[in-house]
Amino acid sequence: MMKHRTLLATALLVAAASLQPLMADHDSGRTIGLTCFGCHGADGVSLGAVPSMKGMSEEHVRTAMTDFKSGKRSGTIMNRIAKGYTDDQIKALAKFVAGL
Amino acid sequence: MAKLNRRNFLKLAGGSTGLALTGCASSPTPKATKKAGPAKVVVVGGGFGGASAAKYLKKFDPSIQVTLIEYNKTFTTCPGSNWVLGGLRDIDSITHSYDALINKYGINVIHDWVSAIDVDGKNVRLASGSKVEYDRLILSPGIDFRYDTIEGYTANDVNMVPHAWKAGSQTTVLRNQIASMRDGGVFVIAPPPNPFRCPPGPYERVSLIANYFKKHKPKSKILILDAKPKFSKQKLFVKGWKDLYGYGTDKSMIEFVAAPDGKVSKVDVKSKTAYAGPLEEAVKADVLNVVPAQKAGELAHAAGLTDKSGWCPVNHHTWESKVAPFVHVIGDSAIQAPLPKSGYAANSEAKICAAAVASMLAGKDPEPHVPSWVNTCYSLVGPQYGISVAMVYNLTKEGKVGKVKGSGGLTPMDGNRQLEALYAENWLLNISNDTWADG
Ligand SMILES: Cc1cc2nc3c(=O)[nH]c(=O)nc-3n(C[C@H](O)[C@H](O)[C@H](O)COP(=O)(O)OP(=O)(O)OC[C@H]3O[C@@H](n4cnc5c(N)ncnc54)[C@H](O)[C@@H]3O)c2cc1C
Ligand code: HEC
Repeated sequence: MMKHRTLLATALLVAAASLQPLMADHDSGRTIGLTCFGCHGADGVSLGAVPSMKGMSEEHVRTAMTDFKSGKRSGTIMNRIAKGYTDDQIKALAKFVAGL
Repeated sequence: MAKLNRRNFLKLAGGSTGLALTGCASSPTPKATKKAGPAKVVVVGGGFGGASAAKYLKKFDPSIQVTLIEYNKTFTTCPGSNWVLGGLRDIDSITHSYDALINKYGINVIHDWVSAIDVDGKNVRLASGSKVEYDRLILSPGIDFRYDTIEGYTANDVNMVPHAWKAGSQTTVLRNQIASMRDGGVFVIAPPPNPFRCPPGPYERVSLIANYFKKHKPKSKILILDAKPKFSKQKLFVKGWKDLYGYGTDKSMIEFVAAPDGKVSKVDVKSKTAYAGPLEEAVKADVLNVVPAQKAGELAHAAGLTDKSGWCPVNHHTWESKVAPFVHVIGDSAIQAPLPKSGYAANSEAKICAAAVASMLAGKDPEPHVPSWVNTCYSLVGPQYGISVAMVYNLTKEGKVGKVKGSGGLTPMDGNRQLEALYAENWLLNISNDTWADG
């Protein structure tokens, strides 16, 4: 039983790894992150009242997005935006933003 | 030139005039098309879609030779043009040059009119006579008007009765008419039927002209003769009009007449009279603003890229035309619903299309595998009174753009209007800089 499960897990890992190179340049964090620039500014640098995304830590983005999504934090628009993403997408997004 | 191009399309469609839209026109497997030398992409249209696509192509793969062909030397954004009409700012503040795309991104910018596309020969023909070759072509030519839908109104009448639905000189014409209108005059606007560029646009325009009248010409009236029974963000606009302009009272500055009674079928340009409703009732205006029904940009029609709807069918993963291989269409010209015809959507589509084009030119499957889009349309109801509609989109199992359930929606009725007005202004600065890189 144990053995069987390990084998299956290995097979799944291999499948995931073979997808890796194709995903490298355009993972979901980058794809979604680029859609935020319309409001947060090119490369995450805002020219005014909307906060800049550049310079935010991974932790900060993840917490903010999770709280906007759940309603724990409220904003004029971010609650409506954050509800569009799964927790995994938010994780990937946070990584992308932290790397700006 | 249009003939040449038509012939190619007939060939492409196997000699039939009814272009078969089966999706069979997409380009061959990427690997077969990889060739030596730098890949060439031509982008037509330097607006929200085209300028963003050119910039992001260079960001994704600096080795691609990107040529952007745009007729005008500068670009005046439609977003913010209602603010100019209301006297809140001047037109220079919403006008952009292409210098930064040339200097910072190494994009080759040509100011000329593209008159035809040779799909088989993979080149575009310029009005000046020369040809520009491409490996892949991205079109974002915006909209054109269906003048045939309103009797008595033609492209020659736009200086008397402006549409001001492409920003620039048209914005100035309408602004001057409003500024020189007598106090006590009537401004009549005839918004178009769906689908059209910027669904909340006509109502933001009405709001900011009301704001201007309230201060400078308080006896004046605004009449909306609408081709539609209802409109975008209607509840929020109506609340704003009540809050600011006495809407619904006998002192209301604004009156809204929905279709069928409001639908304008005929115009007399000289006397600025609109004929509305089934009985063609005559309404005389001091300033008349007719926004005709719309269709894809002229080039899309000349190149045979449109279907019966007047817009371009595309594959939403790559934005490649379903009619012509190696030709991608984004922005207002594309069939993009449920994404609206907006600047935000065009910018968002441009990034996905540019990524797909860059990866396909590198011989890979189109990336990203899981695309994602956002749209937000902010509107000012007054200078300190902002509202918005937003949505997140993904690719459905059927391969079409779809709304992400649970996301998006309207500003809540008790939302913070003042903060949203601030964000609306900043949005325009930020998206413009994301598009023309000149901020
Ligand atoms: C009053 C108004 C307010 C608006 N407000 C907002 C808003 O607040 N938010 C928002 O997101 N959107 C807004 N919009 C909508 C937005 O302007 C459009 O959706 C957006 O411009 C579409 O981008 P595009 O690239 O498809 O076309 P465009 O931006 O119109 O660009 C098309 C370009 O292609 C060029 N072109 C066309 N054909 C050729 C050719 N054959 N050869 C060479 N050049 C060519 C044109 O000169 C033009 O520069 C508004 C629109 C209006 C009218
Ligand atoms: C329509 C404009 C708009 C879009 C699109 C948008 N944002 Fe925001 N964002 C704002 C505004 C405005 C605020 C301030 C809070 C509020 O009012 O909602 C904000 C706040 C934030 C914050 C909190 C900043 C802080 O100081 O703690 C984060 C994090 C954030 N956004 C991330 C994102 C990400 C990631 C995306 C893309 C998925 C995104 N935003 C898309 C407008 C936008």
